[in-house]
Amino acid sequence: MEYLLIFISAIFVNNIVLTQFLGICPFLGVSKKISTSLGMGAAVIFVITLATIVTWLIQHYLLNPFNLGFLQTIAFILVIAALVQMVEIILKKISPSLYAALGVFLPLITTNCCVLGVAILVIQKDFGLLEGTMYALANGVGFTLALVVFAGLREQLTLSDVPNGMKGVPIALVTAGILALAFMGFAGLV
Amino acid sequence: MANWNNLTKGFFKENPVFVLLLGCCPTLATTTSAINGLSMGLATTFVLILSNMCISLLKNFIPNKVHIPCYIVVIASFVTVLQLLMQAYLPSIYETLGLFIPLIVVNCIVLGRAEAFACKNSIGASAIDGISMGLGYSMALTILGSIREILGSGSIFGWKFIGGDAILVFVLAPGAFIAMGYLIAIMNRLLKKSK
Repeated sequence: MEYLLIFISAIFVNNIVLTQFLGICPFLGVSKKISTSLGMGAAVIFVITLATIVTWLIQHYLLNPFNLGFLQTIAFILVIAALVQMVEIILKKISPSLYAALGVFLPLITTNCCVLGVAILVIQKDFGLLEGTMYALANGVGFTLALVVFAGLREQLTLSDVPNGMKGVPIALVTAGILALAFMGFAGLV
Repeated sequence: MANWNNLTKGFFKENPVFVLLLGCCPTLATTTSAINGLSMGLATTFVLILSNMCISLLKNFIPNKVHIPCYIVVIASFVTVLQLLMQAYLPSIYETLGLFIPLIVVNCIVLGRAEAFACKNSIGASAIDGISMGLGYSMALTILGSIREILGSGSIFGWKFIGGDAILVFVLAPGAFIAMGYLIAIMNRLLKKSK
């Protein structure tokens, strides 16, 4: 039950993109087509869950016992960068088809702030390992949901007649604002 | 003259937020009021100047194959310095900005300037580039923060000029996207005219 609440809260009520503003760059950058946004979403779900597990272990078994809390930022970003690199190499060997599908998006994820953001949030909220993993997974799904819905909207936008000055990024941002407004309807659900 | 161009480009021609669209996450998240936007901008400027100078100094020693991880470590070190300094001297601002201070590490402006400018130019030019981009970023955040604060809570820099409620949605998440969208549209228009 508790895990279900974490899921619903992270996906709908506190959606990572639309209410917490993490991962806006890929949200605006790779949302032109539904198919690419699905690929990006899958890669993020994968990396965010893995990164949170590893950073949680590092925080609780390395940084805390040796009083190295101030190294958190450096340690986490290095771990995430290394992890992304490793996932890329392993996928290439084990599952070339998955690698071909996710390949282009993997290097981009290092600088996706939602991965580092969620890793730090899990530590700040004092989650256990299982709760933290669930939270990360749910946030990855939330990111994918927002990205795919937004990509769908943008595909429709290309067909509509937009005033000259608003073409491109401005209209996309206003659309995202209206989408965020819609997500506010979920407030109070949990 | 080159230095002067370097100094002014961050404000309009290559403004990191309105023109290059870098560093969107903190731009949208921390601009609930003018003062929050300004402090986030100055915090980023601090990291930007120092990391630009440091990377410019190290550019001949960093092997090309691992340059991105090296840059990230340099940036992360300065962010940690900033975190410790803010915790000690500005604890209230540190609390408000919260998660977004450590997230300066993954702010694309900092890494972007290291990659595009600091690794090719002298330390002096890199410092000026950092100042210009940082202040341009701060300016953009302050403008966006002011607009959201005026519309959303009827005040500016904490000074309230409307009694009662204003259009609350501008302080919340959707208002950030909408205000930013219209600002970019206006900025595009102005830049087109000046050309």
